[in-house]
Amino acid sequence: MTKFSISELDTVLYHRPESLEDYPFHFCPGCGHGIVFRLIAEIVDELNIKERAVCVACVGCSVNSYHYFNFDGLESAHGRAPAVATAIKRCHPHLVPFTYQGDGDLAAIGTAEIVHACARGENITTIFVNNAVYGMTGGQMAPTTLVGMYSTSTPGGRKPSLSGYPIRVCEMLSTLDGTAYVARVSVHNPAAVRKTKQAIKLAFRTQLANLGMSLVEVLSPCPVNWRLEPVKALEWLVKHMLPQYPLGEFKVIEAVAALKKGDRLCTKK
Amino acid sequence: MVVAQRPNLAYVIIDTERCKGCRLCISVCPKKIIGLASHINQMGYTPAVVIEEKAHECTGCTACAIMCPDTVISVYRCDRVPSKPAS
Repeated sequence: MTKFSISELDTVLYHRPESLEDYPFHFCPGCGHGIVFRLIAEIVDELNIKERAVCVACVGCSVNSYHYFNFDGLESAHGRAPAVATAIKRCHPHLVPFTYQGDGDLAAIGTAEIVHACARGENITTIFVNNAVYGMTGGQMAPTTLVGMYSTSTPGGRKPSLSGYPIRVCEMLSTLDGTAYVARVSVHNPAAVRKTKQAIKLAFRTQLANLGMSLVEVLSPCPVNWRLEPVKALEWLVKHMLPQYPLGEFKVIEAVAALKKGDRLCTKK
Repeated sequence: MVVAQRPNLAYVIIDTERCKGCRLCISVCPKKIIGLASHINQMGYTPAVVIEEKAHECTGCTACAIMCPDTVISVYRCDRVPSKPAS
């Protein structure tokens, strides 16, 4: 075996995307947020929209996104990211605003904003990271917490008689006429991460083609608040969250399907 | 940094000072060439490192880099010396 030093001549198979600042993530070990942030940065690089992209951050673990992205960002009030993104898109139609929201933000305090943004068919993109708890505040019950799941505010497990049932956001929003692309993906293994990247990319392309609201829900682990090791947390996600939140594309309008089909034809040639 | 590698084989570089030791890369590596270090890094975690004896088995599948939540893994392929045809 010979020793070589790293050289520019080597083929880069994987490297940190340019749109990601050289700044360490503050997330806990094994958190899925880091994966989703990186995927968004890769997609912004690939679509070459770094000068036009605007990240509208919510309140929650994703709040520090302006440290990580090497493009514009705006902080919104808790849950109000779709409203802020709407304003950006209407005032500056050439920009590409997208919201990055957690489940406590989008499914609890910001339900009204996201429902009406979808109902109006705003031409924005929403990345919704669902980890079934309020992560930043210490693991309290979120609307997406599973029935029987432990959290700091449901110490005996979530009881439907007391706190109701989990919300399936994608199914709910796909019934609205304004949405163009609604999909639920996950980050539990490398294949799922690749599918997540395809879905987020299609969501951005939906916006670039002015086809309407696109929303991608990403199931993500929260090892610290689930009280599990990172690898066990992914296993728990597969075992418990996937039956409750089935993966797939819930709404793909014809124009978006044509975008997708066009990709396949291009790659075949 | 100098790494042990063979021509036309892939190799993995891990930024151990930023690694949080979540072990997701270890769990997804098909060749099991990544393991935990015996030292603690500046953030207080036990980082993932490439096991030197197994480094030459890397296939360059990038599964570790795709799963890394902290983007500390980069994967390269050494193309400088043409590989010998399999006899």
